[in-house]
Amino acid sequence: MADLVNLTIDGVPVAVPKGTNIVDAAKRIGNDIPVFCYHPKLRQVGMCRMCLVEVGTPRMDPATKQIVKGEDGKPVIAWMPKLQTACTTPVSEGMAVRTQTPQVLAARKDILEFLLTSHPLDCPICDKGGECPLQNLTLAHGPGMSRFEYEAKHHDEKHVPLGDLIYLDRERCIQCSRCIRFQDDLADDHVLQFHERGRNMEIVTLSDPPFNSFFSGNTTDICPVGALTTADFRFKARAWELQGTPSLCTHCPVGCNLTLNTRLETHTGGYEVKRVMPRQNEQVNEIWLCDKGRFVHHFTRAADRLTHPLLRNAGGTLVESTWEAALQRIADRTLGKPITGIAGDRIANEDAYLFAGLLRTVASKGSLISMAPAMATYYADLARAYGVGKDTDFNQLGKGDVILLVNGDLEEAAPVWFLRLRQAVVTRGARLIVANDHTTKMHRYAGQTESYQLGNAANWASTRAAVLAEELKGARHLLIVFSDEKLSTSGVRSLAISLASVLVQSGHAGKSNSGLLPLYPHGNTQGVSDMTSPQPWPDRAEAVWLIGVGEGEGVPQAPFTIVQDLFQTRLAEQADVVLPALSFAEREGTFTSGDRRVQRFYQALPAMGQAMPDWWIVQEVAKRLGATWNYQNTAQIFTEISQHIPAYAGLSYEAISHTEDQWPLVGRGDLYYGGTVYDNTGGLGLRYPADAERADFHADVHLDTPPEVTIEAVQRVRRRLYEDGELIRRSKVLAAHIVNSVTEVPQAA
Amino acid sequence: MDKHVLLRDLDVPNIRELAVYEANEGYAAWRKALGSMKPEQVMGVVKDSGLRGRGGAGFPAGVKWSFLPKDVFPRYVVVNGDESEAGTFKDHELIEFNPHQVIEGVMLTSYAVLASTAYIYLRGEFYAPAKMLQKAIDEAYAAGLLGRNILGTSYSLDIYIHLGAGAYICGEETALLESLEGKLGQPRLRPPFPAAQGLYAKPTVINNIETLANVPPIVLNGAAWYRQFGTEKSPGTKIFCVSGRVNKPGNYELSLGSHTIRELIEMAGGTIDGRPVKGILPAGESAPMLPASALDTKLDYESVQAAGSMLGSASFIILDDTVDVVWAARKMVRFFKHESCGKCTPCREGTYWALRVYDKIVSGNGSLQDIDQLSDIANGMLNKCFCLLGEFATSPILSTIKHFRPEYEQFVREHQGGRADGYRDELIRDHAVHVLPEESITDERP
Ligand SMILES: Cc1cc2nc3c(=O)[nH]c(=O)nc-3n(C[C@H](O)[C@H](O)[C@H](O)COP(=O)(O)O)c2cc1C
Ligand code: SF4
Ligand code: SF4
Ligand code: SF4
Ligand code: FES
Repeated sequence: MADLVNLTIDGVPVAVPKGTNIVDAAKRIGNDIPVFCYHPKLRQVGMCRMCLVEVGTPRMDPATKQIVKGEDGKPVIAWMPKLQTACTTPVSEGMAVRTQTPQVLAARKDILEFLLTSHPLDCPICDKGGECPLQNLTLAHGPGMSRFEYEAKHHDEKHVPLGDLIYLDRERCIQCSRCIRFQDDLADDHVLQFHERGRNMEIVTLSDPPFNSFFSGNTTDICPVGALTTADFRFKARAWELQGTPSLCTHCPVGCNLTLNTRLETHTGGYEVKRVMPRQNEQVNEIWLCDKGRFVHHFTRAADRLTHPLLRNAGGTLVESTWEAALQRIADRTLGKPITGIAGDRIANEDAYLFAGLLRTVASKGSLISMAPAMATYYADLARAYGVGKDTDFNQLGKGDVILLVNGDLEEAAPVWFLRLRQAVVTRGARLIVANDHTTKMHRYAGQTESYQLGNAANWASTRAAVLAEELKGARHLLIVFSDEKLSTSGVRSLAISLASVLVQSGHAGKSNSGLLPLYPHGNTQGVSDMTSPQPWPDRAEAVWLIGVGEGEGVPQAPFTIVQDLFQTRLAEQADVVLPALSFAEREGTFTSGDRRVQRFYQALPAMGQAMPDWWIVQEVAKRLGATWNYQNTAQIFTEISQHIPAYAGLSYEAISHTEDQWPLVGRGDLYYGGTVYDNTGGLGLRYPADAERADFHADVHLDTPPEVTIEAVQRVRRRLYEDGELIRRSKVLAAHIVNSVTEVPQAA
Repeated sequence: MDKHVLLRDLDVPNIRELAVYEANEGYAAWRKALGSMKPEQVMGVVKDSGLRGRGGAGFPAGVKWSFLPKDVFPRYVVVNGDESEAGTFKDHELIEFNPHQVIEGVMLTSYAVLASTAYIYLRGEFYAPAKMLQKAIDEAYAAGLLGRNILGTSYSLDIYIHLGAGAYICGEETALLESLEGKLGQPRLRPPFPAAQGLYAKPTVINNIETLANVPPIVLNGAAWYRQFGTEKSPGTKIFCVSGRVNKPGNYELSLGSHTIRELIEMAGGTIDGRPVKGILPAGESAPMLPASALDTKLDYESVQAAGSMLGSASFIILDDTVDVVWAARKMVRFFKHESCGKCTPCREGTYWALRVYDKIVSGNGSLQDIDQLSDIANGMLNKCFCLLGEFATSPILSTIKHFRPEYEQFVREHQGGRADGYRDELIRDHAVHVLPEESITDERP
């Protein structure tokens, strides 16, 4: 490649892209240059001085402008008189770097000794202990003894709440500014800053409310010391006691990769999730999580989880029962009758697949499957057809590309997509067009904004579609992000059709880095829709079976209702049979993200009481209704999915569990480089192709004439990240953040 | 040098007034430049004159101006009047007593680099001098020398004064730019240099007040005229600030290389009571202290460097034999500890640690190992800091130990056993922890 630069580091040759700095170049050949302030995802500042190395460049003859060669025929290296910071020095052709000379080793020792003069060294009670860059680098490079007298040590406040989620220990802070840079440059929440100077320089938050950001937890991962801790995890466990299990976040369409850190608790005798950590997936969340994903986990071990099946007795009350009795009651009441099943959009693909199979082939004729929330039913098929191309990589979006964001608040609906797409715009130069009825954070970066009256998103899109398509023909790629919020069922379909038509008519349908990106309400909306081909909800039914619906409005009336869930929800209180399901942390399965990446999650906790996985429950009912099913695990179900659901053809647990080196290399032993993010051992997942990418695909004729929509004066809900719900309610740390969705009433046109 | 080039207030009474200034060739260079010179010609004269920056680094001014990338606008001229180096008070005299020459220099520089906005950054304590300067700027506007379409040409220029908030680091040019932009005063990573991306990321020229005060006479009289002063490599005249143990502290303008340090001290009335000189600080606290053996060093950039120090801003602080070197070194280290911006580890922690060791020695608790430890700390900082402030901070430590180690040893021996004697009050005022009861130890927040 033309833009590769050749250099040697401690004599080892390496070729890296132009613009790479020495730290990253060294990383390519396994040379870990110690750093504190540098972080591969953040702007370089060169302030900690930990990464000093010797740097030289080929000597030039000033007269001939030729490289001077030595007797051995090799270029003579002119070494710079001073050590250079490897993190801020870009590589150049022929450069030579020395990282192991006495001068370099002495500098590392000096810098560490300086840092330790002010450091409290309270590692034994520090949450970072065991995974602390300062601790590790001190062991590797630092002085063995302190020459600093204790009574002269710098003392400072140790428990400073920077907000209600993050605490600062001022004594431990090494002033590296990683937290500030993350908040300023990536989250664009200017909530942290330095105050004062010299040894008194300290981190403060001046925002109101303090440290006001959806992304605050990330600063605790990248803080190279135990200065920043989360309210959730501080003083809860030592790093080395924790087990890590790869998992997924189910709370929005991003599908962030997580590691669940669990520990056996002596006081309860069971395992608990102690903290949720990001797991690197450069195609999904890179190394970030939003605070909801990080702190909402408490429902997994909530005291009020359903642990036994419940049956309504003759007196009309729900009483604890056994699986045998509950399953028998369901068989008795539904045999020969059609069942209306409603699958919540957070259940696993395997659950949804079996549920749909039961209703289609086992239950009586007239059975029906729907999805909750109902809205996504009206456009998930279009997202499958016109969604982003298989090889889409948000990290590649930049100059020449257009992102069109319609009717959604990206930061509230898909926080990590906000982080990543914002980068595409502000640092890589993609053009952003935002259309909405109110101002959102993404408006800050928009090159073009369009607005419409509340409730008019679909009308706006159908009127503008043809013009937009014409205007966007020249875009290198076209990503169209949209939300169903505040629309009626007909409105949302119309919106999706109009936006798909923009794609088709501008020539971007079926291409990589282009396509629709729906802001679904939850983590597996696409997957459940793929497995079920959901129908609209009927008003009434003979029997209704709700799986993982949580709280839902407008559930069909029926003489017999089954609720299968984690909690005794309002719907469960009215049910005839209540079945306890396992949470995602207690079982295996797959989810499909909003951009159609199929990913695996693994069992991190043992079962809660007698709760069972949804797929098992469905199978047990199916057996009692006459099916001869015998699925042993989700892997077996997934194999069948890949054979029967055309979009999933070719996928397998093996394929989606594949991992490979991702750059930057983080989550290894050199915690000082990337932070405490976990290496990905659970699988990177795979995106299945959009229908439009298939050779035999024909754009739907209806796309040419998007339907006109009438605007109904109904209440419309604006979606919020911390929207009240069954799960978030059980997380005390997030309690203060819970909001009730804003309900707005549009004017009839 | 029969007449002053810069300190013309000493030759012409009331030159701070526009009328007097104009009657004495004031704004003649400005009229000449606007009337008959292209911007690049102005830049050319200054380049040819060899004028070197007077803020400390001594970089040729005209060369610096020529680094601005072509065709990127707007551009800015920023004038460094932070003048925070100990013992430096030359810019103060210029803006208070000869302000129009400074303003004319800013105008010519702005014209030369085609900037239409200039900012003069003054240290916060220059509240009163800033008023004098503002008055002069107002006069210049009223006279049509500044503002829109100056003197009927298409060139327009505005000059604004900005007062700092009391940080030495804001004299460092990139920290100054941060401060001017309203941010925390900490130096920026280089590259990009200010010439490429300075104020608001636009091409920016930054020069010291004194540097720019040289520009009007150079433009008016030509490069050859200017080069009759000074040496080949250090052309022109320079204001020497003399303070410390001398009878007549003050500003003395001399041709560079024309005199020795000894002669400068004589001009300043000699030392108090004629006592022998012990040490010389040629550039405030920021350059190594020289011993008396350096008294015959010539006063130009090269000679002072050859003697083992730096001419820098030429603020000579003279120490005689009554001055306790350990005490003086501690004071200087305390200054740097107080002024360290905190951005980089070696300076933030090194100055803090070194001061603790000095406190220990000065309070009578020191040992001979502490002297070595001071050297270790300074060497640990040396060449590893983010900006020069941290490097400066090593000078008082390393140079005093180098030249006066026996005095350190004597100090440690004589004060052994906690006899802080005369230093006690000062240490308490500075919150030094070694002499305070344990419960009152807090980190200082002066
Ligand atoms: C710590 C530090 C403090 C400085 N303080 C000043 C100052 O007060 N005034 C000044 O003109 N230059 C100061 N400088 C030098 C400036 O960074 C810069 O070199 C100068 O303004 C350039 O102008 P000149 O080329 O005209 O000298 C300082 C440099 C450092 C590293
Ligand atoms: S709190 Fe942590 S991340 Fe922030 S500046 Fe201090 S050490 Fe760095
Ligand atoms: S961005 Fe979405 S998927 Fe990621 S942690 Fe937050 S809620 Fe979960
Ligand atoms: S050396 Fe470092 S801490 Fe000291 S003033 Fe410069 S940047 Fe700030
Ligand atoms: S200066 Fe390079 S890692 Fe901090």
